[in-house]
Amino acid sequence: MAKIKSLDELLKIKESAQSKVDLRVKGENIDDLVQIKVAMATCGIASGAREIMNFLIEEAGKQGLDNVVVTQTGCMGYCYAEPTIEVTLPGKEAVVYGNVTQEVAKDVIEKTIKNGELIDGIIPKTHKTIDE
Amino acid sequence: MSNYKMHVLVCGGTGCLSADAAQIVDNLRDEVKAAGMDGDVQVLKTGCFGFCEKGPIVKMLPDNTFYVQVKPEDAKELVAEHIVKGRKVERLLFEDPETSERVSDSKNMDFYKKQMRIALRNCGFIDPDNIEEYIARDGYQAIGKALTEMTPQQVIDVMKESGLRGRGGGGFPTGLKWEFAMKNEADQKYVICNADEGDPGAFMDRSILEGDPHSVVEAMAICGYAIGASKGRVYIRAEYPLAIKRLEKAIDDAREYGLLGTDILGTGFEFDIELTYGAGAFVCGEETALIHSMEGERGEPTTKPPFPAESGYWGKPTNVNNVETFANVPVILLKGAEWYGKIGTERSKGTKVFALAGKINNVGLIEVPMGTTLREVIYDIGGGIKDGKKFKSVQTGGPSGGCLTEKDLDTPIDFDNLIAKGSMMGSGGMIVMDEDDCMPAVAKFYLEFTEEESCGKCTPCRVGTKRLSELLQLITEGKGTMAHLDEMKRLSRVIKDSALCGLGQTAPNPVLSTMEAFWDEYEAHVNDKKCPAGQCSSLLQYFILEDKCIGCTKCARVCPTNCISGEVKKLHVIDQEKCIKCGACMDNCKFKAIIKR
Ligand SMILES: Cc1cc2nc3c(=O)[nH]c(=O)nc-3n(C[C@H](O)[C@H](O)[C@H](O)COP(=O)(O)O)c2cc1C
Ligand code: SF4
Ligand code: SF4
Ligand code: SF4
Ligand code: FES
Ligand code: FES
Repeated sequence: MAKIKSLDELLKIKESAQSKVDLRVKGENIDDLVQIKVAMATCGIASGAREIMNFLIEEAGKQGLDNVVVTQTGCMGYCYAEPTIEVTLPGKEAVVYGNVTQEVAKDVIEKTIKNGELIDGIIPKTHKTIDE
Repeated sequence: MSNYKMHVLVCGGTGCLSADAAQIVDNLRDEVKAAGMDGDVQVLKTGCFGFCEKGPIVKMLPDNTFYVQVKPEDAKELVAEHIVKGRKVERLLFEDPETSERVSDSKNMDFYKKQMRIALRNCGFIDPDNIEEYIARDGYQAIGKALTEMTPQQVIDVMKESGLRGRGGGGFPTGLKWEFAMKNEADQKYVICNADEGDPGAFMDRSILEGDPHSVVEAMAICGYAIGASKGRVYIRAEYPLAIKRLEKAIDDAREYGLLGTDILGTGFEFDIELTYGAGAFVCGEETALIHSMEGERGEPTTKPPFPAESGYWGKPTNVNNVETFANVPVILLKGAEWYGKIGTERSKGTKVFALAGKINNVGLIEVPMGTTLREVIYDIGGGIKDGKKFKSVQTGGPSGGCLTEKDLDTPIDFDNLIAKGSMMGSGGMIVMDEDDCMPAVAKFYLEFTEEESCGKCTPCRVGTKRLSELLQLITEGKGTMAHLDEMKRLSRVIKDSALCGLGQTAPNPVLSTMEAFWDEYEAHVNDKKCPAGQCSSLLQYFILEDKCIGCTKCARVCPTNCISGEVKKLHVIDQEKCIKCGACMDNCKFKAIIKR
């Protein structure tokens, strides 16, 4: 590690280190944030959920959307429609999108997250999680 | 940079580590790896979460799930269920003692709801061994700000305006202390961090050093800049090995990053820190004794003045502050005096960390705004008295403090209010007592502690505390008289007025405060030869209840002095003259026919 020689250099390290704790900071106020859960059980991963998840994280980062938390979750029960994601806007009901491609993911960010619009591909929610 | 989507925080504080937390970390990492998710899930060891009673603690983020009393063998289920399948492991969630409901989010736990974490802001949140995590949380920005934008006087002004008072016990205004040290010119000055923490039951400072060592390192450098010192020393007790290890790593890393050493952040400012180990004597926490101990002399106090700010370590101007005091400094500098001044009470700003202990449901480490009432601390955060017993008293301020009672429960906690009620803030130990605690015995416990810890330099303290504890011994044995009680009061006054240092000056406080609030209990011991709380064994008598005894003869057979008589299937009786109060009969009676009172 090279020495930090100025306040500016310190701030640069802070910026790059921030992403390490960012998720923890967000966790503290998760109810005020947009949550995207990607189903990452075996069949999800097999149909490309990991790529979708990484795409969502990168895209949100690129667009400077710091109110978005992307996490993985387990089986939602829609094996026929993987990859599946669940999007929860603060204070709203969660919606589930199936067969998510990169285009759909992009639309979710553009329309749902930025403007609060719903897009095609919603699957009626049939599963319950333990918190409900 | 790896992009973790889930963080698993495992408490790595002394309490949890002693309950296998390190094994939990290893097992979790193995399981995460086995599930093929090591790039997605980060498992890290943090400092204490405060909820040590229910440790080891594992927290999952971002969904904020708080698991308690986790065992190494639970790692498999936590990964398989929570991480892979997204389902909470119900049985490991905290169960609210009142509603018996499982609470999953720490935000919804009563223990955390009323807390406000400033000194503990990073404890249980970051990996204390990773300087970059501290930097990510605005770490070292305060020293950066001070060095590039502020004069030493401006730093001191912010500290003065903030109203921060020392957390080591005395409550002296920190900014003012820094100003004294700054104004005394010298070729060399020192910044000392007092990490001696001698109060029985207290572990605030240890937790801060274990959970967020960089905050103390940074604050010491800020203090060095403000007063014009280039050298810092931490006096830490050798029995804090984990705190020492984390602090050493923090100092090394800060040096490597150029945040300690010469030309810090390119500003020409120079500051470095070394550790000095203490042997763990209570009196060595007193600042003059601490300085003597660091110089290799006996750890005995000397009279003040001269204050360390004038003539301290090696006769040079020295500023001594407590660990928790320092931990507040970087935040105050970054967020401003005005922000800090809005927290707390008129004359005690900010928050205070307390180590909650005793007969309380949630034992642990808490941080609350000054002005929070004792009732809120004991009932809301502490979860009330254990086993549904009745609250009797709360001891604050350690051996220098006193016992507060029911009528004081609505007192907003701050430096002045506690003193007005006959106790004090001290360093933050808080011990809750219930109906089963005997107050003269509690006073005796503290007096035995000070008697033992007195350095012996001055007579009032050396002889006086010994006499006081002997008198308390007589009282608890039922051999006390009213004249003894008068003598205790008089002796207490004399010691308070004539002892040289704070140890002796405050040693009688537990006696005076319990006599004040629980006079009837002292009288009962002296006049009726009774211990109302049923604790003082010499004053107890064992009795056999007529309606319960079935005459099984068991008690008579176990009694070592053969003082129980009675025929088979008939009532047994204890000869009080010969009974030595060993309790064997009561432990052995299957019919609960024997009581003590
Ligand atoms: C007997 C005795 C023991 C003390 N023990 C400690 C201690 O363990 N830690 C501490 O910080 N201050 C302790 N103090 C207070 C210190 O003398 C000193 O006031 C304090 O470290 C100053 O820091 P502060 O202004 O930040 O509180 C003790 C004082 C006395 C009289
Ligand atoms: S008061 Fe007690 S501890 Fe303090 S100097 Fe005197 S003998 Fe030593
Ligand atoms: S053991 Fe209990 S029941 Fe049996 S004789 Fe003694 S007091 Fe009575
Ligand atoms: S307390 Fe001990 S000595 Fe007394 S009666 Fe019971 S067994 Fe005997
Ligand atoms: S494993 Fe994919 S929906 Fe169940
Ligand atoms: S040591 Fe783990 S919660 Fe305190």
